[in-house]
Amino acid sequence: MTFATAVLLQLVQLLVMLAVAPLLIGWIRWVKSRLVGRRGASPLQPWRDILRLLRKEPVLAHQASPLFRASPYLIFTAIWFAAALVPAFSTDLALAPTADLIALIGFLASARFFLALAGMDVGTSFGGLGSSREMLIAALAEPAMLMVVFSVAILFRTTSLAEIAAQILSHPVGLRISLALALISLLMVAIAENARIPVDNPATHLELTMVHEAMVLEYSGRHLALIEAASHVKLTLYVGLIACVFFPWGMATPGQGFAAGLWGLLTFGFKLVAAGTLLALFETSIAKMRVFRYGEFLGGALLLSLLGAIFLYVSRGV
Amino acid sequence: MSDFAYDASHLLGAIVLLMSFALLYQNRLFSLLHVYSAQALTLAAAAAWKGYAHDETHLYVTAGLTLILKAIIIPIALHRIVVKLDIHRAVEPAMSIGATMIAGVSLVTLSILLVLPVTAEASALTREDMALSLSVVLLGLLMMISRRNAVSQVVGFMSIENGLILAAVGVAGMPLIVEMSVAFSVMVAFIIFGIFLFDIRERFDSLDIQKIEQYRGEQE
Repeated sequence: MTFATAVLLQLVQLLVMLAVAPLLIGWIRWVKSRLVGRRGASPLQPWRDILRLLRKEPVLAHQASPLFRASPYLIFTAIWFAAALVPAFSTDLALAPTADLIALIGFLASARFFLALAGMDVGTSFGGLGSSREMLIAALAEPAMLMVVFSVAILFRTTSLAEIAAQILSHPVGLRISLALALISLLMVAIAENARIPVDNPATHLELTMVHEAMVLEYSGRHLALIEAASHVKLTLYVGLIACVFFPWGMATPGQGFAAGLWGLLTFGFKLVAAGTLLALFETSIAKMRVFRYGEFLGGALLLSLLGAIFLYVSRGV
Repeated sequence: MSDFAYDASHLLGAIVLLMSFALLYQNRLFSLLHVYSAQALTLAAAAAWKGYAHDETHLYVTAGLTLILKAIIIPIALHRIVVKLDIHRAVEPAMSIGATMIAGVSLVTLSILLVLPVTAEASALTREDMALSLSVVLLGLLMMISRRNAVSQVVGFMSIENGLILAAVGVAGMPLIVEMSVAFSVMVAFIIFGIFLFDIRERFDSLDIQKIEQYRGEQE
């Protein structure tokens, strides 16, 4: 029985992550256009785009290899599966024992690896440029994220997301310098990884400083739909990850009833709306950064997470 | 002392340190001044919170002094100096920002390593406060040596003083008179710096400290 509910909740989680991701993007775009005085497209627009793209025929370059065709599926599966690992509304998931932070980083890294390969596959200059920049960002963002994981793991003595959330819910650890530094660092990493302003501008095509869009320039039709959906799910995943580790309140734990699960879903929705609004506010108030400043930005994230880990040893009661 | 009081003072101290890093990261003079004023504001909040948590009224005076002098008057005055002198608005770091940040983290580690054995018997809060304030002082020094522009060096000096106040707030029983004298000496130093800036500018047409070095008489 308990296993059955865990499987059911896991399926719900998979579907919720997929269904909500384009809505989150749509919400961010809507808030952003309201903030700059435009009326803005409905938050449903990304969903409509994806459905339309799914119906369209993909156009492939002559020299595209099988890897180019396989990549969208691999990327989408890896990211969707990673999203299934992050407890969004309940910690009672069938995959909870495998929901390890390091495994999560591994999934995201493999998705990025295939995306970068696909960017270079056709041989256009834009694709290669995007891939090389993506790897530059990744080389700095991944260690920062790992340092965040280390400080969280030292503090809670586990790398399992479900257990971290359960521990915070049952014994609050209070405000910790290390957690605050880890949160800031993780936010910086999330901004860089999801190609948001100030690192990348998600709203442009054919701009010299673009990163994510440059890699997917050659994709069309259902391939593009999958890649777009994967990037939407990735943003939702990061919001879910930050909410799970730093703000897990409202999440259902094993043994609680149906109502707790519903409440968990409701609070997750609220967290997404809040995160989307904050992100939109942040993006409209800041300008895009020069490519040469990425290193400083992400190096800053790395150093902050390092400081967080150092401060664990000064604070009381590790 | 309750858990929440500990957590809050702990977090405010950390924000002061974070602001020191933000100072190192800035590459515009005006945002440097804004960050400096934010640091002073956090420091004032930390002092006021300590005063509230420990029931020590003289800490409110410290908080008030910090708030008025360092969060409002000094940044506004520096702002006016920058506008008046029409200085080039970009900070010119003597070493790259990334290298400065790495040096900064090593300094924080160094101060933790220094403070931990010395304060082995003290409470966790004192230990942490000492580590934080020593780091802020060292980061201020780093800022002074890694910037060419005289205005950012002044800001570095002021942030050293913020670290001293943070230490003074953390150690229970620091007499008010010491804090007052520190605050006023900084005020005097600030005035002298202001005059110096005008003087340097008038004489050498620049605030770049490197250009002055050739007049030191050491070089042939």
